[in-house]
Amino acid sequence: MPLNFKNYDTENFYDELIQPSGAPHPGARILVERIESLPDGEIIARQKAAEAAMYNMGITFTVYGSDEGTEKIFPFDIVPRIVEASDWEYIERGLKQRIHALNLFLDDIYHEQKILKDKVIPSDMILSASSFRPQCVGIDVPRGIWCHITGTDLVRDRDGQYYVLEDNLRCPSGVSYVLENRQVLKRTLPVAFEASRVRAVDNYPARLLETLQYLAPDNVSAPTVVVLTPGMYNSAYFEHSFLAQQMGVELVEGSDLVVMDGFVHMRTTHGFQRVDVIYRRIDDDFIDPQAFRADSVLGVPGLMEVYRNGRVALANAPGTGIADDKAVYAYLPQIVKYYLGEDMILPNVPTRICADEKEREYVLANLDKLVVKATNESGGYGMLVGPHSTKAQQVEFSELIRKNPRNYIAQPTLALSRAPVLVGDHFEGRHIDLRPYILYGRDIYVVPGGLTRVALKKGSLVVNSSQGGGSKDTWVLSQ
Amino acid sequence: MLSRVANSIYWMSRYLERAENVARFIDVNLHLSLDMPENYGEQWAPLVNISGDLDEFSRRYGEPTRENVMHFLTFDRENPNSILSCVRHARENARSVREIISSEMWEQANHFYLMVKGAAANQSSFENPHDFYTAVKMESHLFDGITEATMSHGEAWHFLQVGELLERADKTSRILDVKYFILLPDEQVLGATVDNIQWSALLKSASALEMYRKHAKQISPTRVAEFLLLNREFPRSVQSCLGRAAYSLHAITGSQRDAFSNVTEKRLGKLLAELNYTHIDEIIAGGLHEFLDSLQTRLNQIDDAIFESYFTLRPLTGISSTLTMEQ
Repeated sequence: MPLNFKNYDTENFYDELIQPSGAPHPGARILVERIESLPDGEIIARQKAAEAAMYNMGITFTVYGSDEGTEKIFPFDIVPRIVEASDWEYIERGLKQRIHALNLFLDDIYHEQKILKDKVIPSDMILSASSFRPQCVGIDVPRGIWCHITGTDLVRDRDGQYYVLEDNLRCPSGVSYVLENRQVLKRTLPVAFEASRVRAVDNYPARLLETLQYLAPDNVSAPTVVVLTPGMYNSAYFEHSFLAQQMGVELVEGSDLVVMDGFVHMRTTHGFQRVDVIYRRIDDDFIDPQAFRADSVLGVPGLMEVYRNGRVALANAPGTGIADDKAVYAYLPQIVKYYLGEDMILPNVPTRICADEKEREYVLANLDKLVVKATNESGGYGMLVGPHSTKAQQVEFSELIRKNPRNYIAQPTLALSRAPVLVGDHFEGRHIDLRPYILYGRDIYVVPGGLTRVALKKGSLVVNSSQGGGSKDTWVLSQ
Repeated sequence: MLSRVANSIYWMSRYLERAENVARFIDVNLHLSLDMPENYGEQWAPLVNISGDLDEFSRRYGEPTRENVMHFLTFDRENPNSILSCVRHARENARSVREIISSEMWEQANHFYLMVKGAAANQSSFENPHDFYTAVKMESHLFDGITEATMSHGEAWHFLQVGELLERADKTSRILDVKYFILLPDEQVLGATVDNIQWSALLKSASALEMYRKHAKQISPTRVAEFLLLNREFPRSVQSCLGRAAYSLHAITGSQRDAFSNVTEKRLGKLLAELNYTHIDEIIAGGLHEFLDSLQTRLNQIDDAIFESYFTLRPLTGISSTLTMEQ
């Protein structure tokens, strides 16, 4: 049976490729026609070949707690997701505004805290957050930039409107899959790729390196940049190693670095070498046992002191976690207005803050309809999806919320948009989201592409890789 | 380059070379047992002896039968020197230095591992063991070839060379040691057909039979020992391996070939000079086994020295760092 979209049912969701009438969206026409014109079995064969290529290349993530099957390929679907040029222009504008405002917010929060004094955000909301780092108060970060690398998760509702679901300003991962998925797709669907005029993502590593070099102390002409990884057993190790390789810089572990004479050095076969910029993929908590968790063996003792003295740059800056706290997220329209005097371009999903008494009562009365999220969890943990939950889970969450309202927010359940996924010998719609990556160096740059994550389980809304999600290549069209 | 990275590269190539040599031992022994007179019996215990794991083997397996030895040396996960363990360690090391080696090298290390792991899961690969061991050798050769053709011959490549060559020198000396030990004490078989077959097999396990024949027409124990220890042209001889390892070590430090800048260069240079100025008759007169025993000890000392010279670097506790440590 030849593969086609004739019997494909969008089931009343917004579909990224196919319109309710059954015809493809204008930007997807070339792709859909190409797929339908391929001989029987060809798409399935290409999907298998793409998976084999990823396995041999070792494009894998590590699964905790199992012995030797510790590496899995991140499930990958061959049909790309398409973003039309006009949609992208809107997303890009919205993200630049957002990152600009968040950076000003971070700089303010760790210095004068004007936004708190002006009572735009309740003080205790920020100061009580576990992601607020008193150790970072008063630090003048290099070039005034805190969030150098951000991954912002976007979703679309039934009407096709984009919403920001959450910001990730700590150590967002996944960009290596964007680059590798693209490599594989270029080989798999070369004709459709070329004809669709897709924007390139391949210069991300070069852009990232520029962003990092920009942070080096002024008196350093040829800065030494390194990527700091927790090690090869970390779930994102492939990405750490991939980015270091693509940038042509050293990939270091905490034990490779040492603080000596007021600077950070790495241990090399020819003695100690000074390090100027560290792209760290280790959480704040573990980065320096003298400043944060004393039991950390992953970090570098004394690192924060060198950082405070401006003798090494860290990306992202420690303390950025406060900006992706889900309660702070709810205040983003006010934050944008406060610092930029503008209305927010890309809307948030309407969010109710359980710390507010009136909103809390509403949330408790509507647990069966809402999505409840813990404010400082990520990866799809600590979450209640109302319409899919049992009575017992709702009771459990209502107790949790009452006990610690600051820890929870609630949002309406969105009808996330879908895209066709190859299931056996036919296509079925699955829910997806989109994580574009934003670099903040000399200017703010949004990579024209991003990681499209797919909830591979039928009907599921959870796209995280730790919860059975997969990915697709994202084609941003140039016109 | 980072000390940790140099260490991983060194061990990556050592483990791959080790896996290849284990495959060589087993494959040749399989061939040998086909050619031996029936009442001679199969010789499998010496294989375990080569890697120095006889105690461990006897404790867990008992009799050194063909099946037991093959399993122990090929797929046993608890034996750190089995082919599976070696390839797994090599691949883990490769994974930790992916950004340093070429992506083709990584893919080959990964492929090698997946091949052996697949064979371990599907024991029917033992129905035709020769094919399997040949495949192991070829995977290793492929890795060497890819390395040669895709990796810059800079510092990382030199560490890789040193690991491979020291491992190879060690294994060549062990092949010689074990066979010599079995063969020579028995005066009766000396010079007989069986003897000839054994010495041919020994050469074959180092892929040396054809090259040896070009060098010396007759197979004699002394000439074989000379060829495998002192020949300057054969790439698996101890002299050749150590000569090239020394070249790489001096390329890393930039010091002169006839001088030394650290204890590794000193130890290796001394050993190499001895090989260069020793005649095989002197070695035989002093006892081949004794010579090989001391050779292996000195190779171990060189390995220790490499660790000290390049891989462990302790911070000089300057004043300010001491202060920081006390906070």
